[in-house]
Amino acid sequence: MDFELFKAIKKELINEVTESRLTHGILELKMSAENFFGVVSKLKTSFDFNLLLDLTAIDYLKQKEERFDVIYHLYSTLHLVRVRLKISLSEENAKITTLTTLYGSANFMERECHEMYGIDFVGNDDLRPILLYNGFEGYPLRKDYPIEKEQPLVPYIK
Amino acid sequence: MNNLPGMEYLTTRKDEFVGWARKFSLFPYPFVTACCGMEFMSVSSTLYDTDRFGAALPRFSPRQADLLMVVGTISHKQAPIIKKVYDQMCDPKWVIAFGACATSGGFYRNYSAVQGVDKIIPVDIYIPGCPPRPEMVIDAIIKLQEKIAKSKHPIVTENF
Repeated sequence: MDFELFKAIKKELINEVTESRLTHGILELKMSAENFFGVVSKLKTSFDFNLLLDLTAIDYLKQKEERFDVIYHLYSTLHLVRVRLKISLSEENAKITTLTTLYGSANFMERECHEMYGIDFVGNDDLRPILLYNGFEGYPLRKDYPIEKEQPLVPYIK
Repeated sequence: MNNLPGMEYLTTRKDEFVGWARKFSLFPYPFVTACCGMEFMSVSSTLYDTDRFGAALPRFSPRQADLLMVVGTISHKQAPIIKKVYDQMCDPKWVIAFGACATSGGFYRNYSAVQGVDKIIPVDIYIPGCPPRPEMVIDAIIKLQEKIAKSKHPIVTENF
């Protein structure tokens, strides 16, 4: 684990990051949606985090003030360390800047996150569904989606 | 004449004769979507060998098949595909729902899984199990053969 690097990251991002901790060898940083894109740009250019490993979201329905957490995992193939970014978003304003301008792999993950959680990635023009189909209403991985609700494409016999 | 081998005759009903012929010439179309496919491979290859029951040669065109084996979970996005495959098959045709997911949706109770393929196409034989044992599949094929042998065949008319 590269504690020196983690220290340097914290020092560099002291104004943007609201909360940081070290967990399971991963540096976890929390920030607001406004500062998010600047933080990722800095991590990519100054600290060589050149790989976007994962992008997902969590729905904290009624458990937290801000309903969604969007979670990014970045990896540096130079320093061999990971960093996790958490951004809280409210239900009314579930919007975040796209990362497709920095990481090409973000496109598919943003599309999946959009169809499953309904999070809007501003700047990504290609948010077509991957696993779902056209005409599917609602976002199935949100906690308030009824668990038995189906939207069949083929009419049932009988 | 009576003493020559192979020159005997036997009597049967036309319906039974057609059923007997059909039940040993099943051409399965494996619609394999999930992990049950491994079990399907096991049952159709050497050790268990569905060839013994005349159901060996998988046809990968629905137009040449008369037994649709739905092997695995069917999601709502796949439902139009399997409906189309079923509609393309020529009569007479039969359907086996292979495994818990194809039978009832299995343990998937959510937005994506069809709760049993019988919601969209008629099914003749259900095989439970996750995945089913090869013996159960062979049992299902034998049951389907009995069903074919006993059923009425529309081609048997007065002029047949």
